[in-house]
Amino acid sequence: MLQDKLMTKKDAISLQEVRKNFGNFTAISSVSFNISDNEFFTLLGPSGCGKTTLLRMIAGFEATSAGKIKLYGDEIENLPPDKRPVNTVFQNYALFPHMNVTENIGFGLQMLGWSNLEIDRRVMEMVELVKLNEFANRKPGQLSGGQQQRVALARAMAPKPKVLLLDEPLSALDLKLRKDMRSELKKLQRETGITFIFVTHDQEEALSMSDRVAVMSSGKVQQIGSPSEIYEYPVNRFVADFIGETNLLDATVEKKTRGELIICRLSNDQRVTASTNSSVSVGQSGAISIRPESLIMGKRPHDSTDLKGVLGQSTYLGTDTQFEIRLGPGLTVAVRIQNSVLNLENFRNGDQVFVHFADDVARFLVD
Amino acid sequence: MAAGTGSGRTVSSTFSPVKVWLLLPSWLIISFFLALPVLLMLIYSFLTKEFRGGVIWEPTLAAYDRFIFDRGLFGDDPPKIEWVYISIFVRSIFQATGATILCLVIGFPTAFFIATRATNSKIIWLFLVTVPYWVNLLIRTVSMKFLIRETGPLNELLLTLGLVDAPLKLINTNFAVQLGLFYSYLPFMVLPIYAALERYNFTFSEAASDLYAPKWTILRRILVPIVKPGIIAGCILVFVPSLGAFLAPDLLGGAKTFMIGSLIEDQFKGAAGNWPFGAAASMILLSLVLIVLTYYARAQAKEQI
Repeated sequence: MLQDKLMTKKDAISLQEVRKNFGNFTAISSVSFNISDNEFFTLLGPSGCGKTTLLRMIAGFEATSAGKIKLYGDEIENLPPDKRPVNTVFQNYALFPHMNVTENIGFGLQMLGWSNLEIDRRVMEMVELVKLNEFANRKPGQLSGGQQQRVALARAMAPKPKVLLLDEPLSALDLKLRKDMRSELKKLQRETGITFIFVTHDQEEALSMSDRVAVMSSGKVQQIGSPSEIYEYPVNRFVADFIGETNLLDATVEKKTRGELIICRLSNDQRVTASTNSSVSVGQSGAISIRPESLIMGKRPHDSTDLKGVLGQSTYLGTDTQFEIRLGPGLTVAVRIQNSVLNLENFRNGDQVFVHFADDVARFLVD
Repeated sequence: MAAGTGSGRTVSSTFSPVKVWLLLPSWLIISFFLALPVLLMLIYSFLTKEFRGGVIWEPTLAAYDRFIFDRGLFGDDPPKIEWVYISIFVRSIFQATGATILCLVIGFPTAFFIATRATNSKIIWLFLVTVPYWVNLLIRTVSMKFLIRETGPLNELLLTLGLVDAPLKLINTNFAVQLGLFYSYLPFMVLPIYAALERYNFTFSEAASDLYAPKWTILRRILVPIVKPGIIAGCILVFVPSLGAFLAPDLLGGAKTFMIGSLIEDQFKGAAGNWPFGAAASMILLSLVLIVLTYYARAQAKEQI
């Protein structure tokens, strides 16, 4: 029992069978996972998957329909937002328009009853941290989107929350700024040691910043893992399809071989070696997931396992070119190859090509 | 005005020249029906009184002099300050302020309630707020008189419930006048506050609550300051017409509740009237209103910086 308590103490947030219904609609159906101290944890999923609802339940803006939310071991699901030692960075920042930068950042500290001297010191520290010294007396309306974003961050971090919740904080910024903010956020998280829970629908954001990512869809957590885990070893069709680009080919298990490798038959009767992490039986149907960049294409076959196909449309993407290759009726794969390793002149629409599957790049996903 | 988040509006250069022509009808109406009559009143206030109403074109300060000084029956006594008209003004300001506060206290929660409903029920609630306006102000005020008189339904109800021993004397009191003004102008308070709350982003309240602010603090420090322009607009829309109102004080009040509006009305009604004096009283009232509005505009401009 004691050990159990010590274990949970380590987790910043612990969700236990958390559920949320809006009338008859189930927004979150029984979600359980833990987020460790100092972790950069991301909730990733398409819009409507319940990621923001989950974040709002941790913040206290939505009541839980069932289940427990623990913050460093203390149950917080029944506390109002102003009694929870977590702070939020809102999607559109929600900076108070009638207060200047300093007043916005100091608001939380004032509410916590800090002395004016302490507030001034902490606000200056935060203004310094987000590099807004020159703008301290401006109102939000006089700041650019990126500056407002920094104020929102500083305001949420000023009260030294145990956990910082970020609700798609970068979505309102333009691409260039968004990329800069990514590394800055990551740096801030490492420097302050605050646990970040970051909500986004942008997989690139999730992969580039997070320690761990929870991929969500229709109110359920589909997979939790490190960015490389969910990218390279997706557990199901949804995750494989949502994270990055992938070829999903219907397949049936034909033979189990050594270790995790299995031989699968595609719909055109060609065979592919794939890895799997779930126990499968011969004859089981599912899908094979292969990233376009993991495939190799050539005019001549590498070996006997290569698949023959006809080159379809090619799309120039700057550093890469993506080719559509027809392997058979209703069976097309996308192959992405760096332009620097390929002479584009040699590959024309209608050419016969060979596609090489390395053993460990194909993943078999059970339906 | 309250700066919301987001950028300012851009004006189309292709369509902007049209603006001037579109304003022409407004300019015509304002000059003929507002500027000209006010100018006429200004001139009348400096003319001599004609005994059967009307004016004689002889310039004099007599009207203003009568408003401020008492020079006895024949006008040759040493001047003393005339308190009658000044006290009517002061009373009017008190009455209008009271009505404004009453409207604010009732109107703000009402507007807040409506603004936080679902879109469909919002429309119904707003419709209900404007329903009294389908009935003429005179009829509404007379109905109020019947409602609150000594043998009226209100007193009968209170007596039946045993809340009072004797009928309340409500009619012909300051309270009755305030009630009448409040009832006449309540929608003018509700609608601008509603409009401001409608634009209010409730994420601000969430953010404040996230930053450890309890509910009342959110109201005081965040919501009210942000919707303040709506509140001030509502206060002006109630205060200004209340100040010059004459229907409510005439019908619900007595001699002791006489207000500026009634004083001015009397000067232009019948043979006993004094047009220059009525015009002078109007000008003083107008100046008073303009001073208040200028002060408000200044305060707003200062806040913008």
